[in-house]
Amino acid sequence: MTSVLYDVPGPRAIRRNRILAVLTVIVVLAVVGFVVYRFAATGQFTADKWRLFTYPLVWENVWAATLRTLSAFGAAAVLSIVLGLVLSIGRVSVHAWIRVPVMLFTELFRAVPVLILMMIMYYGLPPLGVTFVTPFVAVVTGLTLYNGSVLAEVFRAGIESLPKGQTEAGYAIGMRKSAVMLYIQYPQAVRAMLPVIISQLVVVLKDTALGFIVTFQELLYLAKFYGAQVTFGSPIIPSTIVFGTIYILLCLALSGVAKWVEIRTRRSPRIARQIKAIPAVPGVGVGGAGVID
Amino acid sequence: MDVLLNNLDIFVEGFKNTIILFVVSAVLALVLGTIVGAMRVSPVPVMRAVGTFYVNLVRNTPLTLLMFFFAFGYPKLQLGNLSFTTLAIIALSLYTATYVAEVLRSGFNTVPVGQAEAARAIGLSFGPTMSLVILPQAFRAVIPPMMSVFIALLKNTTVAAGFSVAEAGTIRSYLAERGEPAIIVLLWVAAIFIVLVSILSVIQRRLEVRWRVAR
Repeated sequence: MTSVLYDVPGPRAIRRNRILAVLTVIVVLAVVGFVVYRFAATGQFTADKWRLFTYPLVWENVWAATLRTLSAFGAAAVLSIVLGLVLSIGRVSVHAWIRVPVMLFTELFRAVPVLILMMIMYYGLPPLGVTFVTPFVAVVTGLTLYNGSVLAEVFRAGIESLPKGQTEAGYAIGMRKSAVMLYIQYPQAVRAMLPVIISQLVVVLKDTALGFIVTFQELLYLAKFYGAQVTFGSPIIPSTIVFGTIYILLCLALSGVAKWVEIRTRRSPRIARQIKAIPAVPGVGVGGAGVID
Repeated sequence: MDVLLNNLDIFVEGFKNTIILFVVSAVLALVLGTIVGAMRVSPVPVMRAVGTFYVNLVRNTPLTLLMFFFAFGYPKLQLGNLSFTTLAIIALSLYTATYVAEVLRSGFNTVPVGQAEAARAIGLSFGPTMSLVILPQAFRAVIPPMMSVFIALLKNTTVAAGFSVAEAGTIRSYLAERGEPAIIVLLWVAAIFIVLVSILSVIQRRLEVRWRVAR
């Protein structure tokens, strides 16, 4: 490990590190042990509480809820990327009457909590006579407006990181502005930003769980429903464990893709150089830490 | 405007609780996040492994699910009564701490190794190397992304609304009982959030300009 923080350890440091390692193990075991003990003491591991999850019908419903979660995620992901592309084009426009409204739009929707956006759709619009707002529509719209705005900034950061010579070369060989964008700027920007874009999609996937609050019948909604079944001893904790595992596996899979893409792009020296040059846009960074929730 | 002025009591109460959730969770997340971040850069492999596991697990869990566990699952464990607000603060802190830890870690990574080598080369020992060379640079690099984490935390406090914690997100349901139109109430809530987030953004930009590390 090359670290800026520590030297190669000498004999005393090695001994100290061993003691710290043992202490960490003890503390972690104590915490995990306590949680497991409380689970056991309150009967969370009894067969009765888990019996619910032995029925095939239950798993069919779980599967259906997973599909609903994934369809909300898929729709929101595609629409966010489209919206992000459109907004990022507007953001770099030379016409102030396009640039300024687009800037206000992105700043506005980045500042409003996603849940409030969903509530505006779900509770706010129907009394005004808007009838098509199902929970699904509310969830997808909320996610799209927010993540589209975030992705617009990501695309913009990607374009701004390109060396100026790239655009100039495009104009020099007689390309129009649209061609420069389509063939020169965006392909490079998207490729450099791919890890950040996918990491932001993990945020979309996680935030579909907010749909539970506006009565969208996705995984968490079902978790609460099954957790409240009195006939099975209200297995809310077993239910949280089962549904939590599903969520974590889905998100880990997507995070894994992001990490894989990042390693692959880093292997290409040209893109790696470009990623390094990406300016510090507030909240947008490379390496996962800058992804906004 | 009438909707806001006539129901100022509920708006003030709601946003007061939002700010309490925000401030308390921010402090707890900073403390826990610093510990986890330190573990992730420590020279002890076991500590690094534990830190990495925690960060990867929690960052891939929806916040709503964490809140769900603390709001509905925790009471079943018979560990003593905690208010929903306290439980929401625990969930928010545990969740935000992972982001704090990642920001701190990436802050250390922005300091070139050559800086530490140079410090050692001129004879500084561990303490001065840290406090005079590395930490000041890491700290400055960390400020802007850390503010982004706090902005996200502020917005995330609304999730507590789904679990009967009275804050900004629940203003709608209170005012629905008073017969106020939902859309106007929600637009006011959104507007206040925009103001609060803008304040944090302005602070972020100021600090970013002032504390930029020239390299």
